[in-house]
Amino acid sequence: MDLIAQLEAEQIAALGKDIPDFKAGDTVRVGYKVTEGTRTRVQNYEGVCISRKNGSGIAGSFTVRKISFGEGVERVFPLHSTNIESITVVRRGRVRRAKLYYLRSRRGKSARIAEDANYKPLSGAQA
Amino acid sequence: MLRSGIIAKKVGMTRLFMEDGKQVPVTVLQLDKLQVVAQRTAEKDGYSAVQLGAGTSKAKRVSKAMRGHFATAKVEPKRKVAEFRVDPENLIEVGEEITADHYFEGQFVDVAGTSIGKGFAGAMKRHNFGGLRASHGVSISHRSHGSTGQCQDPGKVFKGKKMAGHMGAARVTTQNLQVVRTDSERGLIMVKGAVPGSKGGWVTVKDAVKKPFPENAILPAALKSAAEAAAKAAEEAAAAAAAEAEAEAKRLAEEQAAAEAEALKAAEAEIEAEKKEGEE
Repeated sequence: MDLIAQLEAEQIAALGKDIPDFKAGDTVRVGYKVTEGTRTRVQNYEGVCISRKNGSGIAGSFTVRKISFGEGVERVFPLHSTNIESITVVRRGRVRRAKLYYLRSRRGKSARIAEDANYKPLSGAQA
Repeated sequence: MLRSGIIAKKVGMTRLFMEDGKQVPVTVLQLDKLQVVAQRTAEKDGYSAVQLGAGTSKAKRVSKAMRGHFATAKVEPKRKVAEFRVDPENLIEVGEEITADHYFEGQFVDVAGTSIGKGFAGAMKRHNFGGLRASHGVSISHRSHGSTGQCQDPGKVFKGKKMAGHMGAARVTTQNLQVVRTDSERGLIMVKGAVPGSKGGWVTVKDAVKKPFPENAILPAALKSAAEAAAKAAEEAAAAAAAEAEAEAKRLAEEQAAAEAEALKAAEAEIEAEKKEGEE
């Protein structure tokens, strides 16, 4: 293992994040720390994960899309950000793409994702 | 207070997540057997500097002259050698090894290295020219630099005109990079942002010239021998403290044992007396 990979592995271990197994198509709820003046609170952001980037390494990120007051909103979260309090998988979706950018041009019924009925957890990973 | 810089190897870039939720892009620089190879003094050379060497190279790949140079300094053959101007009082003994504690977290440094070569590059890439239009009659020359000057008067292209040519593979200094983290055990320095050169390339790190000299910088340098001496002193102090504590414990135990013996004796005497009383 080269030094950079080693440093990144150490940092991931030191951050001690419990990241569930999820992929594009899953509906996730992200607890994100928001600082207002002096006090911080956790804001929940729930939507469909439409892309995972750069794997599960320190540079990994994911995009969550939701429709807020009739307007599509997308947020990109770094997977290992210290601002993320929790990530919970609300619903497993069955999709045939790694990136669901086609959802951007869809509204309503056609933007639905079928539920993955027979989801199998990754071996060794906790769901 | 001019003190020595360091020679480091660029390992690569990564990111650090901070407690406050910020993420910092960092370049990891590694110190590899960084030792003083020679000194330059005002009497002998007319200026004062230290020559540092870093890395290791096979003795058979080193020229005879350099082999002799390393032999007089009694150091292993180095891969990279560089000189750093220092004040006469900040000269370092030959053979001393510098550690990553030389810089502290939050300090600003200047990092110099050889940039990645781009070969013969056009004006757009080399000087950020805009190029010509995609349409409206432009043919074949969409990425050209356009006009290079006026007409019959001056009748020449001025010197220094920005044109296509060789780009990169030149010495570049990036100023005022902040040190985010240091790791003296592995000899790592993490600076915020990018550093010139490719991975595995050598760079030199100096205290930032455009910032005031930091007060808590170690003078003349963070040396391994000094660190070892400090560790040894700490160990000795700890050992002395331990010995003292042990002696104290021993004394206490002895006292207790004596007291117990005394009590035992007294009890025995009492029993004896009681026995006697019973007999009488």
